[in-house]
Amino acid sequence: MTPLSGYLLVAALLFSIGLAGALTRRNAILVLIGIELMLNAANLNLIAFWRYGPHPELLTGMMFAIFSIAVAAAEAAVGLGLVIQIHRHAKTTDLDAMNRMKG
Amino acid sequence: MSFVFYILAALTVAGGLAAILLKNTVHCALALTVAFAGLALLFLELDAQFAGFAQILVYIGAVAILVVFAILLTKGSETPTGGVFSKLWPVGLMIAAAVFAVLGWAVLQTAPMLPKAAPAPVVTVQQIGQALVGRYVLPLEIIAVLLTAAMIGAVIIAIHEKEEKR
Repeated sequence: MTPLSGYLLVAALLFSIGLAGALTRRNAILVLIGIELMLNAANLNLIAFWRYGPHPELLTGMMFAIFSIAVAAAEAAVGLGLVIQIHRHAKTTDLDAMNRMKG
Repeated sequence: MSFVFYILAALTVAGGLAAILLKNTVHCALALTVAFAGLALLFLELDAQFAGFAQILVYIGAVAILVVFAILLTKGSETPTGGVFSKLWPVGLMIAAAVFAVLGWAVLQTAPMLPKAAPAPVVTVQQIGQALVGRYVLPLEIIAVLLTAAMIGAVIIAIHEKEEKR
């Protein structure tokens, strides 16, 4: 097994763990945690391909990962703000209890 | 494959598993921090020092703190009566297992074609800075606008409106 495929397997496992968390947890914050894990797994793939790719001096994968980190930070801020506002409105963060689109 | 890689991979996966399996939400946030730290160390192991330290600063320093704040503001640390998992959790678990099976199969099938050990690239922070304001200046500007918009949007969404103002 090459080092690159080891990193890719770890990233695949982490992505699947995040997906399982996002699909099975009831708390909205835990769903956001699952999404963060999936984004991080993608970043690990980008960095691993940058390290073992043909032209690491061009910094393409590294730049992609850095921009992805910035986008994930923006996503986390807006997502958690939405969760706080929904909790204020519906008095719960339980996704199974949120079954209405009408406020 | 080095010994360090196996330790860091085990730490990261264990942190991720604990983050979605634990009952107490605050414990989940702490386990998430462990997973982020493991990922940052994996980045450092991959000779991506700048990305590793950016990961520590942004994820451990900001996102984990935000998650803890959100948990405490929404009283999310109380374990709900009906269990922490959704009613349809077997379906979600099956979908995740199928995704992992496909991804793992693809990685193992292409493993012989992947490049073998490559020499460690020497990347200085100066090179990264010059790339950011040279070749990648347009994405940098877009990220700046996105972060400003996200900050304003998060404040507007989460701002506490008084009832009589509505």
